[in-house]
Amino acid sequence: MSNRIPEDHQAKTAKASRKAKLTAHRGLATWGEKLVPLGEFRRAVDGAGRRLSDAQRDAAIERFTAPVGDGVPVEGPYRRVAVCGGVYANAYALEALLDDARRRGAEAIYCLGDLGGFGPQPERVWPLLVNGGVRTIQGNYEASLASGRDDCNCGYADPRDNHYAAISYRYTAQHSSPAFKAWMGELPERRRIRVGERELLLVHGSPRRINEFLFASTSPVDFLELLVAQNRCHGILCTHTGLHWHRRLPSGADVINAGVIGRPANDGRTAVWYAMLGCGTDGTLEVEHVPLSYDHQALARDMRREGLPEPFVETVLTGWWTTCLEILPARERAAGRF
Amino acid sequence: MAVSKTLHQAARDGGAAAGESARDVPKVELRALDTLWFQVAGTVCNLACSHCFISCSPTNRTHEHMRLADVLPYLEEARRLGVKEYYFTGGEPFLNPDMEAILEATLKQGPATVLTNGLLLDDGRCSRLAALAAGSDYSLDLRVSLDGYDAATNDPIRGEGTFERILQGIENLAAAGLNPVVTVTEVHAGNATAEGRRRFLDLLRAHGVAQPRLKMLPLFQLGAEAERSGAYESWQQLRRGDAPPEGWDHLQCTTCRMVTDQGVWVCPILVNEPGGKMGQRLADSLGDFPLDHPACWTCHVYGVSCKT
Ligand code: SF4
Ligand code: SF4
Repeated sequence: MSNRIPEDHQAKTAKASRKAKLTAHRGLATWGEKLVPLGEFRRAVDGAGRRLSDAQRDAAIERFTAPVGDGVPVEGPYRRVAVCGGVYANAYALEALLDDARRRGAEAIYCLGDLGGFGPQPERVWPLLVNGGVRTIQGNYEASLASGRDDCNCGYADPRDNHYAAISYRYTAQHSSPAFKAWMGELPERRRIRVGERELLLVHGSPRRINEFLFASTSPVDFLELLVAQNRCHGILCTHTGLHWHRRLPSGADVINAGVIGRPANDGRTAVWYAMLGCGTDGTLEVEHVPLSYDHQALARDMRREGLPEPFVETVLTGWWTTCLEILPARERAAGRF
Repeated sequence: MAVSKTLHQAARDGGAAAGESARDVPKVELRALDTLWFQVAGTVCNLACSHCFISCSPTNRTHEHMRLADVLPYLEEARRLGVKEYYFTGGEPFLNPDMEAILEATLKQGPATVLTNGLLLDDGRCSRLAALAAGSDYSLDLRVSLDGYDAATNDPIRGEGTFERILQGIENLAAAGLNPVVTVTEVHAGNATAEGRRRFLDLLRAHGVAQPRLKMLPLFQLGAEAERSGAYESWQQLRRGDAPPEGWDHLQCTTCRMVTDQGVWVCPILVNEPGGKMGQRLADSLGDFPLDHPACWTCHVYGVSCKT
């Protein structure tokens, strides 16, 4: 009983102080940690910052969004090209891709990086890429492995996502030879190709950052137009998110996320996806997202034998993501099962 | 209460010159304007949480509501600058009568996230928001703040009876097919641990959220939070030598700006410091910013990003 009185008293003062808080700001502004008369704050704010003229503003925006040259040579021209995103050590899918793309008449095959991670025995994809003549750029995985970084730099923010990413990265780093890592370090960060009349920039995440996520539902048209204009091209190909999409911009430029062939696209199908590019009759780019079936049972078997996490295996067998979920925007998240 | 002076306050008191020159203040440049914030409800809130770093309350008019007509010119400018995502905060954004119209305009040009305390999410609002989301090419995300997994831990921070009302709001969102991100601050030591996260996730599942999403946020020792847990110490300041080898790219002010009814600010955190204001229009705010506030220390040390 004896401690009831102070508790009551505490509750009362808490209530009183809360009430005081609700009304504390009448006529006052918060300046840092203090309350000052509202007029004083407003006067200080009015004088703060820059106030450019309209012409200066236009010039400032123009400078800020000015194009940046990269001096990357243009490969091609091609009439038909296959482009795949992350391989994630899925040698079965890579073999299937080489067959499928040739059968569909691809003159060249490009890979946008992230050769390892997720899957088993990462070094198996190396001879397939080299012998298959696949023109590859660096993903964040290659950049990290080649430089000896202690994480994959995938760009996750959630602890569970990071936990699984760390398992993949440790496994991949341990199962990649120094020679393979050195080869990764030699890969270019970006390439440019010509398909018909169109010059396309190939990057891993985005033209700005190797680990930037370009999702369909969070990549505004005006933002993509700016990327295209700043990089002086007719289109951009990227991967890194694991989800494929294509948007033709009002300017006629194309932005294509090729998806990945390493794991399914969180759509309940076991197939993986790559992109086929061709010349349209009217000079435009033809873009097709191609589903690719491969021996996913064999992949799952190998992953289990290597002791890789069971949630990864589940994704291979069901087509639903079980990890990396927290990076997904609302719309992409809602489309999956987990 | 002992309040250590921030540099901005010292500057106001006329005593800054010595400190300013003694400390080599690093500057950050804006690499790209990816994230544009609107403090669309100003500092006006229907709560007065004890950890609110901008001390919002029903009577705090430090920043006022923005009308649709105030927002539109910034949206136009944002298109030219290639803004990637839009965030709306307050105060409580849904106190603003124009909020849904502002969202509709925004969702025509990019993805939007609203940071809300969840109290004004009745069924009608939730179904209107769901319709806005369905009608856009871009994602609409709602972020709802919760500070404990029960009333005993949440209510002392956010206000009596809020726990129940917040969860009702979350249930209404889930029922309308909108999956909120629940934002939890580290106001209780256990919140961000694995066990704490599990308890929050279980709580959300029990309230009808099939794919619970969480974001943990550290606290800024500003505003009400400074009163609650103490202000910054004088050593909590950044110096040029603190820059990591890869530069200041981990700071959100390299990719964001904040708009309030009073103009454009460097970031969502320094809106109660006149020194945080950069200009009237976005074009005025594309230059460097000196990291001379102790809150910058929190950003650097904790790697804070206010976006999801
Ligand atoms: S923390 Fe959010 S809900 Fe609480 S007073 Fe501040 S703005 Fe309002
Ligand atoms: S408070 Fe953080 S985001 Fe704002 S200017 Fe300082 S470092 Fe940048």
